[in-house]
Amino acid sequence: MKADESSTYQAFVGTLKRDLLIAFKRKNEIANPFIFFLIVAALFPIGITPDPVRLAEIAAGVLWISALLASLLAMDNLYSADFEDGSLEQLLLSHHPLYFLVLAKNIGHWLVSGLPVVLISPLIAYMLNFPRESYMVLFITLLMGTPILSLLGSIGVALTVGLGGRGLVLAVITLPMSVPVLITGTLAIQETGNSAPLVGYLAILGAMLVGSLSLAPLASAVALRISVN
Amino acid sequence: MEESRDLEILKVSQLFCERDERILFKGLAFSVREGQILQIKGSNGSGKTTLLRILCGLNSGYQGLISWRGKPIGECLDEFYSSLTYIGHRVGVSKVLTPIENLRWVSGLHHQVTDQAIYSSLQKMGLKGFEESQCFSLSAGQQQRVSLSKLPLSRSKLWILDEPFTTLDADGIELLEILLCEHVGRGGLALVTTHHQLAIPGLTILDLG
Repeated sequence: MKADESSTYQAFVGTLKRDLLIAFKRKNEIANPFIFFLIVAALFPIGITPDPVRLAEIAAGVLWISALLASLLAMDNLYSADFEDGSLEQLLLSHHPLYFLVLAKNIGHWLVSGLPVVLISPLIAYMLNFPRESYMVLFITLLMGTPILSLLGSIGVALTVGLGGRGLVLAVITLPMSVPVLITGTLAIQETGNSAPLVGYLAILGAMLVGSLSLAPLASAVALRISVN
Repeated sequence: MEESRDLEILKVSQLFCERDERILFKGLAFSVREGQILQIKGSNGSGKTTLLRILCGLNSGYQGLISWRGKPIGECLDEFYSSLTYIGHRVGVSKVLTPIENLRWVSGLHHQVTDQAIYSSLQKMGLKGFEESQCFSLSAGQQQRVSLSKLPLSRSKLWILDEPFTTLDADGIELLEILLCEHVGRGGLALVTTHHQLAIPGLTILDLG
């Protein structure tokens, strides 16, 4: 319309940069999910058994459950600060498609909360005596799976952003949607142990990722509009 | 007659809003022309903020017709949002960011903006020397000024300001009044809720009771 109006791409990049900037200024919010992941994963051998053989059996599940819980913990601060200070209203009143702005926030959030967990996971896997041949699969499935968890979690957070004391509600909304990801991810890892072909599992995870990338931000956008109402 | 209707850019008719089984307003109708400031008055809880949020499309719990340049806003939302600057109760300033970073984002959502323009806008609002400090170290009034700094940067036709004077000192009030006068001089529209006696010519008052 007007010559100096910002393009949607510029608004997308601007929102992503802003969220990353905020995350780096609130360092504890980056560190929290990451440290939580380390603690949960480290407690399993202490609580169940230090026996390397049995640890190797449960390692895939332990890693995925820890990643899921860490992602759930991290979700809480996705929109709440913006809601409190009114930035969320400004976001909703932009003439750019809300889909892209929400996507920018989701990507920014995953980069600071999901990616560190994925990157540290081989180290935790080593600690759990993880089967050597499955490292690559673990890394890839987590790399594909954690963004799905973030995108789905975003819907739940968006729905509950105006409510106080929403921890449990959030879990009840988010966890059922996350379970298929958990199942596919852990199955894929277990199947490498049986030297079965992986393409199917990875294809399912990929389909979930593409599906949630294209649909979840739309749902989050609508949910945000409802929540500020 | 026709001409005057053309100038009515924002038009509200038969607006009805109920909250918690209490009717806030019924059959509310008004219109805002180019170069007009509408001051919305009313006692606490009379629905001033609700009215502004309805006009912005942030609150959909209403019945009635709101039109922008002759079209219902639901049909021209993109056009409406690109000509709207809204400052609400929650001022939209992130406390961990500096004023510069805040404005870069919030103005960048609407149009391209240079750092130089942001600096001069902050200076105009009396925030010189605070450009690079994190907003939580600023006072409430200063944070309000950070939020108001996007007004000189904005090219929006319509300003909707919810209680913009509350935390401002005498200087700040004068600055904002000057901004409003300039905006109206350019043919802009403004809706303002405040109890403050505005020293602006051509002011229209809507009393919600």
